[in-house]
Amino acid sequence: MSVHKVDARRLLCPMPVIRLQDAVKKAAPGDIISVVCTDPGTMSDIPAWCRINGHRLQSAVQDGSEYFFEVETGNEP
Amino acid sequence: MQRKAVSLISGGLDSMLATRVVMDQGIHVEGINFFTGFCVEGHTHAIRKQDQNKQKRNNALWVAEQLGIKLHIIDIVEDYKDIVINPKHGYGQNLNPCLDCKVFMVSRAKQWMEENGFDFIITGEVVGQRPMSQRRATMPIVSKNSGADDRLVRPLCAHNLPETLPEREGWLKREALYGFSGRSRKPQIALAEKMGLDDFAQPAGGCCFLTDASYSRKLSDLWENRGEKTYELDDIMLLKVGRHIRPRPWFKLIIGREEGENNFLNGYRKQFPHLFATSHTGPLALVDGELRDDEDRRLAAAITARFGHGKKADSVDVTLENTDGTGMQLKVAPISEENLPREWYV
Repeated sequence: MSVHKVDARRLLCPMPVIRLQDAVKKAAPGDIISVVCTDPGTMSDIPAWCRINGHRLQSAVQDGSEYFFEVETGNEP
Repeated sequence: MQRKAVSLISGGLDSMLATRVVMDQGIHVEGINFFTGFCVEGHTHAIRKQDQNKQKRNNALWVAEQLGIKLHIIDIVEDYKDIVINPKHGYGQNLNPCLDCKVFMVSRAKQWMEENGFDFIITGEVVGQRPMSQRRATMPIVSKNSGADDRLVRPLCAHNLPETLPEREGWLKREALYGFSGRSRKPQIALAEKMGLDDFAQPAGGCCFLTDASYSRKLSDLWENRGEKTYELDDIMLLKVGRHIRPRPWFKLIIGREEGENNFLNGYRKQFPHLFATSHTGPLALVDGELRDDEDRRLAAAITARFGHGKKADSVDVTLENTDGTGMQLKVAPISEENLPREWYV
């Protein structure tokens, strides 16, 4: 299991979701993608993207103006 | 064998209905959504502090979740530039190259379909709904020029168009498709009700900033004053933010209108020279272009001072900072209303 980091700060939706999607494509099932964003819209979009595409959102935390997500990749890219 | 279709999901009602109509015939559908950089979706709400409490859901993701389908979001910012800059079929009322845009998106969907082993493409287009890309005369252009030909299905208006391959092959029953036409939204609303869909987005004027007159004016101004029709993603994002004031052909100021916009513009301090008042609170102003001499610098500072709390003060201290961190202090009188002509507002 590897951890991949995605820095999506200053990017507006859907760019953070696209960066996460790209990272998931390169990762193996079970890998963790750790994403940091500043667009508050990611608090709704990243969980929705994970739900519809079969990936598990392990955590979504706001710290000031930054939003941190841990996503465990599912079986399909 | 279960057939597979890829559906262009905009986040609006029509593509949602078109997808559902095809899913109801037992087809496996996945969605595709293109990011051009001009999508209205959420950006201004994400930036502006006063909009922070507004709903920020991405409608395409939301629609996909309602339908229970996967959604693939594709970044087409780079390839899309040629569509905006050189549209073969010209622009609509503003800088919207709707017909070329639709051809391009369907051709990218076709490419995705082939790469992923899918059988056909779905769009929510309706004959006569839009003046440029959704006319009886132009819809065949989209099928032909995209290369999708008869693998492009428009379930909402299929009865008004020639039979497609999925209908001929029996993958889709033509009688279970629809014959909507024209600008009325009533048939779509009625179908949504019948399907039990009661929450959907209906953006007035579409989902693209290029259909907006004010945005198109700013983009035209950018091209005219740069002397070339080009743009980068940052350019088109910045056109969505702040007041744009062009006192001279060689420079424009982008001035934050509130805290959220100032925070957003702050992220560009290393890319643009910028000004801000130090004796009073006030906005950040980015300089797009060059301040050629002291007169330009004082003018830019006086305009920046006008939009802060020092607006009525006799003099305001303003810092001008360059991208390399060097800069200078200026003491200026805020520009008066009569010296700030309306024509300078882009």
